[in-house]
Amino acid sequence: MLSPVSSPNGPAILVEGLFKSYGAIRALDGIDLRVPAGSVLGLLGPNGAGKTTAVRVLTTLLLPDAGKVLVAGHDVVKEPGRVRSVIGLAGQFAAVDEILTGRENLVLVGRLYHLEKDDASRRAAEILERFDLVAAADRRVGTYSGGMRRRLDLGASLVGRPEVLFLDEPTSGLDPRSRIGLWEIIAELVAAGTTLLLTTQYLEEADRLADTIAVIDNGRVIAQGSPDHLKSRVGGEVVDVTVTPAAHARAAVTALSAIASGEAHVDPQAGRVSVPVSAGGSVVADAVRLLDAAGIGIADLSLRRPTLDDVFLTLTGHAAEAPPEARVDGALTGGPD
Amino acid sequence: MGGTAVADAMLLTRRNLLHYLRVPSLIVFSTVTPVMFVVLFGYVFGGAIDIPGFSYIDFLMPGIFVQTVAFGAMQTGIGLAEDMSKGMVDRLRSLPMARSAVLVGRTMADTIRNFLVVGLMAGVGLLIGFRFHNGLVAALAGLGLVVLFAMSFAWISATIGLSLGSVESAQSSGLVWVFPLTFASSIFVPVATMPGWLQAFARVNPVTHVVDALRALFLGGPAATEVWWSLGWIAGILAVFVPLSVSRFRRL
Repeated sequence: MLSPVSSPNGPAILVEGLFKSYGAIRALDGIDLRVPAGSVLGLLGPNGAGKTTAVRVLTTLLLPDAGKVLVAGHDVVKEPGRVRSVIGLAGQFAAVDEILTGRENLVLVGRLYHLEKDDASRRAAEILERFDLVAAADRRVGTYSGGMRRRLDLGASLVGRPEVLFLDEPTSGLDPRSRIGLWEIIAELVAAGTTLLLTTQYLEEADRLADTIAVIDNGRVIAQGSPDHLKSRVGGEVVDVTVTPAAHARAAVTALSAIASGEAHVDPQAGRVSVPVSAGGSVVADAVRLLDAAGIGIADLSLRRPTLDDVFLTLTGHAAEAPPEARVDGALTGGPD
Repeated sequence: MGGTAVADAMLLTRRNLLHYLRVPSLIVFSTVTPVMFVVLFGYVFGGAIDIPGFSYIDFLMPGIFVQTVAFGAMQTGIGLAEDMSKGMVDRLRSLPMARSAVLVGRTMADTIRNFLVVGLMAGVGLLIGFRFHNGLVAALAGLGLVVLFAMSFAWISATIGLSLGSVESAQSSGLVWVFPLTFASSIFVPVATMPGWLQAFARVNPVTHVVDALRALFLGGPAATEVWWSLGWIAGILAVFVPLSVSRFRRL
């Protein structure tokens, strides 16, 4: 393997002024990122935000229009071959061959990393062991469950012992149990010192795995910081109230201002109010008391952890689920994102 | 780098051949369909069409060889489109392997398949009454020409498959280019029986040249002109569609 030309302390990923357009649509509109070696960056954003486009540029699958992108010190445009020899990529689709067995898939990838036959077999066996796929190793992947395919896909991305790993929505479409299983595996990798760039639509996932989260929307990084830092901008928790009649929604916001830690979101038609609050023991009781004192009827009330929607509402003023016109843009910016 | 490119292409050739061996629908498409073409066309049209100087089966078989591999070429684009839609192409492009290997591995696997298809068809043809009248060397030269022709069509199909990127469109697009080329040719009937405007197309059609070259090689008669025309077409198609596929692949 080629050794990186970067200094040992240089960032594993450096992105400056990255632009990529598809026709009139700006998929990436000036992205800057810096990921220190051994750390985890979570790229968080809704569908169509540009996450997959960014990963495709960083993994040499797509040429940028402008900007500088270095991965492990290598320029993705000028030295794509060097970049490919030090990265691993697992995309959204579990890109493994269904007709081959799990072992054959891993050996094929190993051989394409130019490992000798024996080394490729040994590496495949190690990965099958590590990802709990030994029993299914010699079955065709077509017979695997969704969770097993994702594990194999992730395993395939590790065959070349990458310095920098890219995981594009590694758990989307998985059931909660498989998702948690995959998180545990990813957390182990990270603990072993692999630099990771992870894209996700789930705040919880970024929260659990990332050292730094970059929130991306319409091709721009709109906020960057530690998970705690971002959540503190939203508030500790969120109280959702549905009031009756719906017309009392605005009055409810006023009533709850005493416990609010941030700006409330109101859906006047549905009579629904979401109020960020500081985490604490009695917020539910406080909310009920305050609404009752103001004479506002409660159809439903619940307390929950902030979601990506809340982060987006706070940061952008619009929900993570993009408005219709933006969603059309998103759909055109390079497919599923 | 040269040795690496060959090794990478061989790895993917093997992978693609495993698909042909393991997927029932691909086995059927590769073996049953060609046999069916030989038997059906041989018996259905065999008695109905009278070609002076030959038995119709002898006239028809060279055409069936060409038609079968032309339709089989669609599989190249379909396979690439399938790998694209399942994310396999992205994975391969992110590996430190030769960029040419995905395309070369695909077209090589299809060429090896075509050797088997052509051999199988020759066997079945001989069983139902087809004969090579011009000696073994000419017969083998003709079968080699069919495989070369198939390879050139595989690269057209690769360009189309990479451009469309979905299995369904790759499948239906095949009908748009393969159908006219095979039917407006000398495969089934002599070109002279067609209306004038269609003759003009049929006479320049590469399929006609390859079929006419095969007839000369299998049945006897002057073959050189048609063989050169065929080789020229094959070289021309490769010269256009290999670079086109490669540039499409680079810019996916």
